[in-house]
Amino acid sequence: MIANAPKITPELVAEHGLKPDEYERFLALIGREPTITELGIVSAMWNEHCSYKSSRLHLRNLPTKAPWVIQGPGENAGIIDIGDGDAIAFKMESHNHPSFIEPYQGATTGVGGILRDVFTMGARPIAALNALRFGSPDHPRTRHLVSGVVAGIGGYGNSFGVPTVGGAVGFHTRYDGNILVNAMAVGLVRSDRIFYATATGVGNPIVYLGSKTGRDGIHGATMASAEFDQNSEEKRPTVQVGDPFAEKLLLEACLELMDSGAVIAIQDMGAAGLTCSAVEMGAKGDLGVELDLDAVPCREEGMSAYEMMLSESQERMLMVLKPEKRDEAEAIFRKWGLDFAVVGRTTDTLRFVVKHGGEVVADLPIKELGDEAPLYDRPYISNTFEPVLTAAEVAAPMSNGAALLELIGSPDLGSKRWVWEQYDHLILGNTVQTPGGDAAIVRIEDGPKGITLTTDVTPRYCEADPVEGGRQAVAEAWRNITAVGGRPLAITDNLNFGNPEKPEIMGQFVGCLRGIGEACRALDFPVVSGNVSLYNETQGRSILPTPTIGGVGVLDDVAVHATVGFRRSGDVIALVGDTAGWLGQSCYLRDVCGREAGAPPPVDLAVERRNGDFVRGLIQAGRLATVHDCSDGGLAVALAEMALAGAVGATLDPLPEGLAAHAFLFGEDQARYVIAAAPETMEAIMAEAAHAQVPVRRLGVTGGDVLALPGEAPLALAELRERHESWLPTYMAGQGHLTAA
Amino acid sequence: MKSAVVIFPGSNRERDVARALKDAAGSTPAMLWHGEQALPSGTDLVVLPGGFSYGDYLRCGAIAARAPIMDAVRAHAARGGLVLGICNGFQILCESQLLPGVLMRNAQLRFVCRRQHLRVERNDTAFTGRYLPGAVIDVCVAHGEGSYAADTDTIHRLESEGRVAFRYCDAAGELTPASNCNGSVNAIAGIYSQGGNVLGLMPHPENLIDDLVGGTDGRGLFESLAEARRAA
Repeated sequence: MIANAPKITPELVAEHGLKPDEYERFLALIGREPTITELGIVSAMWNEHCSYKSSRLHLRNLPTKAPWVIQGPGENAGIIDIGDGDAIAFKMESHNHPSFIEPYQGATTGVGGILRDVFTMGARPIAALNALRFGSPDHPRTRHLVSGVVAGIGGYGNSFGVPTVGGAVGFHTRYDGNILVNAMAVGLVRSDRIFYATATGVGNPIVYLGSKTGRDGIHGATMASAEFDQNSEEKRPTVQVGDPFAEKLLLEACLELMDSGAVIAIQDMGAAGLTCSAVEMGAKGDLGVELDLDAVPCREEGMSAYEMMLSESQERMLMVLKPEKRDEAEAIFRKWGLDFAVVGRTTDTLRFVVKHGGEVVADLPIKELGDEAPLYDRPYISNTFEPVLTAAEVAAPMSNGAALLELIGSPDLGSKRWVWEQYDHLILGNTVQTPGGDAAIVRIEDGPKGITLTTDVTPRYCEADPVEGGRQAVAEAWRNITAVGGRPLAITDNLNFGNPEKPEIMGQFVGCLRGIGEACRALDFPVVSGNVSLYNETQGRSILPTPTIGGVGVLDDVAVHATVGFRRSGDVIALVGDTAGWLGQSCYLRDVCGREAGAPPPVDLAVERRNGDFVRGLIQAGRLATVHDCSDGGLAVALAEMALAGAVGATLDPLPEGLAAHAFLFGEDQARYVIAAAPETMEAIMAEAAHAQVPVRRLGVTGGDVLALPGEAPLALAELRERHESWLPTYMAGQGHLTAA
Repeated sequence: MKSAVVIFPGSNRERDVARALKDAAGSTPAMLWHGEQALPSGTDLVVLPGGFSYGDYLRCGAIAARAPIMDAVRAHAARGGLVLGICNGFQILCESQLLPGVLMRNAQLRFVCRRQHLRVERNDTAFTGRYLPGAVIDVCVAHGEGSYAADTDTIHRLESEGRVAFRYCDAAGELTPASNCNGSVNAIAGIYSQGGNVLGLMPHPENLIDDLVGGTDGRGLFESLAEARRAA
């Protein structure tokens, strides 16, 4: 009999985030009233963050397989084969709620958690990326949040020793009360040396490794599964504290331990700490688990079983070890100065038994904790679509030159140098393409292979049309990888949405997933890992739907790739892909005209593939080395970025007839690339393009120190650069008053 | 040349410098755990790599300076042996009293990772023989606490004895406020010990050894060391 104090009241159940029917379900499952520890355990296992109860049904429809996929969703990270016995483990995960409450620690622990997911599988982290969404620059908290989050990401990654090679930063008032911090980690592992979370063998020791357990982060996962209200500040104690030094030691010790052959299964203690990791290892291996909490290394005295089971103290791992290797394993951990404690064993009972102070404090069916978690088919309504906005309906409020200066210095399109200079992006000595390109390029050890990495999503498109927005997010990731010459292989998705109990939010979720699934299928770009973050709302106001896509591609020869900057004078510039002048939901419409309206640009996946394959083929053949994806801000912004990156100007030919100049220059039509090459090379490329039925249009020539748009006063590169580089540093210095949407 | 790289808990550029030593100096270093008491016999060069030894807790480099291996490193330096401390290694050398002064938080109070030009102040040392006098090299920095400071007398002594190894400068070799990436006194990026056999510097030449990854301006330092050893 399990002693039971305090008594479980409906209020206590509600405080644990369990709905009455969910609690009834749990009672039926165990056939008696739970202990407080058991209530804590089930609340951790059945919250949205851990159980995916609102999203599971729809996630099943995503494509997750391809011949190169070694591990799809369901493990700590997805893994893909990149040839020669090398594999890449990667995943993206959100740390939105904690980062809003305590930006530095929230961001650090987000980075720490995702790095751990990758090295738990035996992979040494070789790159990190992040996608950040902040509120309006005018919101009083925004500056503080940007400063804290960026310092936190840098503080952790720099010390841990992984290069932060790319990402995205955006601003919108819809994130005022709920910022997004999505962190991605990428690791390298030999494909025959991958470690999984599945326990095997009865009676094997379960070992606790890493930092000690404290009272921090208790109920962090439950917090991440609820909306914010005015009292969210009170949740600060649920935010964990990161220690990159401990994580670095844990990495080295884990990899050394894996090399020793002692490890049967390994799981990091992330959300819901000891509870989730122990249950997952047992349930996956069809084994029971017995834990003795008296052996758990604690930072504080007098911790209860409840606290130990729910603590989210960072930098901790759980492993099942081969019994005969126990001493060898312990010696490795002692060498690195980390805690090592046998805290339990595997059993054949299929029960999750937790003892503390000689008493059983929990005794639950282990598989049902995961398998019987609630699953909801939440009602949803399709969103009302914005009507298509024609170029004729958008009057140009200023000259195109002035509009370009406006856009290139806007919060979303301005340079993010202020951010990425705080991240060590050069450590390990393999960063071939640093931040500022279409996609990062990281060499694999001494080469010749490389991988290319990007994160993408256009939330305003997703808001206006979730299906199209979902498609576009995947297509843009695919395009960015293609634009450097990479072969896109797989994605991780980090799905950030509002409250799924609202049918219109659920509609956004379902729509985006449909679009993502369609694009992944059409582009052979499966989803191998991901994370769902719901309830991103404050006082009933939801974020923009933001399904961040982290894409990974491979370069067989990393030396053969394309970059953004114009290389020399006299190159011919051309545009691959058709331009209809699509201004609906464009940056131009928002930041120059002050409107957010219209349908987003449609994504034709067949055209996307055709144009992309053509461009990639040219790069890989060594014939094309200057390429830029055309996206936010359209053609004019792409050209300006190419000129600034290469410090070489350009003069454009007369614009096409029959299309308003501002629509041609700033429309955000998809499946387009700007390319530049020597005249004779470009001539051959254009002939081949005509043959392959890929539309390629000559735009102008490179040269000089101005960007000359037809019919406009030439823009000096120095002025463009000043605009591009100054917004963020000025804003962060406390002098900015520019308004984003 | 026989080299050794010391690994402290929290070191994180040890692989980078080992690669540079192998690639540019033809020396595969011994990787030495901080708990060791002695250097491998015949060691010519000891490298203290970049990173965040002991998490930068207490003060950058302060705990590492008291690691068991550091007695052997001090003895090696006293015998005239070569010691190279990069970034956190420079901080450790200062905390170990092998070099004077201190590295403070960057003037802008933020971590900075960027490409950085350096002026090579002299080329008659074991570390810089392969560079032309006054050469401007393009390497990178990655640190939060790299602002070199010392009392006026020390600075005067360093300057008058020619012990400033590198200064932060612009592409033309000019010392400008914008090119001094962390606010160091006299734009000092690296200094020598009195005997010239110990060098500490904040920038990372070990990350610039390859055209594909940013350039090769850092190779010269490692090639110089190999050459100095051959000449010795």
